[in-house]
Amino acid sequence: MRRYTVNECKVQFPSLSRNESLSRSAAAAFAMQCDPTVEEIAAIKTAVSEAVTNAIVHGYRDMNGVVELVMRLYSDNTVYIQIKDKGRGIPDIKQAMEPAYTTAPADEERSGLGFTVMESFMDKVRVRSAENRGTAVTMEKRLTGKRDDER
Amino acid sequence: MLKIYNDGKRITAALSGDIDHHAAREFRTVLDETISHSRPELLILDMEQVGFMDSSGIGLILGRLRTVRASGGEILIKNARPEIGAVIRLSGLGTLLVEPKKQEAKL
Ligand SMILES: Nc1ncnc2c1ncn2[C@@H]1O[C@H](COP(=O)(O)OP(=O)(O)O)[C@@H](O)[C@H]1O
Ligand SMILES: [Mg+2]
Repeated sequence: MRRYTVNECKVQFPSLSRNESLSRSAAAAFAMQCDPTVEEIAAIKTAVSEAVTNAIVHGYRDMNGVVELVMRLYSDNTVYIQIKDKGRGIPDIKQAMEPAYTTAPADEERSGLGFTVMESFMDKVRVRSAENRGTAVTMEKRLTGKRDDER
Repeated sequence: MLKIYNDGKRITAALSGDIDHHAAREFRTVLDETISHSRPELLILDMEQVGFMDSSGIGLILGRLRTVRASGGEILIKNARPEIGAVIRLSGLGTLLVEPKKQEAKL
């Protein structure tokens, strides 16, 4: 049977660094309807924090913009998360996703491990980007618990 | 956010809260003040009160590791939650982690 969307939520916020914690709390709250384990919640929070931080730090470098977070729960208990910005974009996605690769100046102390963390904590990570148009990071994680409406 | 316990050449920094990009700068400022002031042989980062850390925390640890090691010191990380430990291991800094069982003996 084809999976269908059980629930969906969209959050938009300006590219302020204090919204990093807001965004991961929103994702954790959304995942709660699936009775997630502590590890699953931590994984989702960490992955969202990485992608949102990237939108703020890299996408909207030297500018302000809006970050969009879309969260979806599918009938197969998969949590779908998309983080979108309309910032600078990524010229070479494959290179950007390599461990320890960063374009940030050294004094910002970026580790270049954001994508590595996302890939290790989520089942799927997909990146679409166009220079000067923006970036969309889409991630999925199948949870082991039962949904509210199944219990 | 951060408490420092100083017993000579060994310094414990008890971090608390979330370590993300937004919070990293303040942690960095306080840790750097402590390091340049005391030049610790051992800097212990106690993560018991840290509920969250992403790769911004790795940048924070790597930066401090550089300065501490430059003057012959070392950093150890204790009481990290499993998921924070996982982020630390991903970065190759797993050797800094003091495992709960060994903690008592080692420190
Ligand atoms: N939303 C984004 N917009 C523009 N560039 C991005 C975005 N996300 C990631 N990047 C690019 O990919 C690189 C690697 O990202 P990441 O693995 O999270 O490491 P870090 O954030 O530590 O640099 C960044 O340095 C940046 O060049
Ligand atoms: Mg990043």
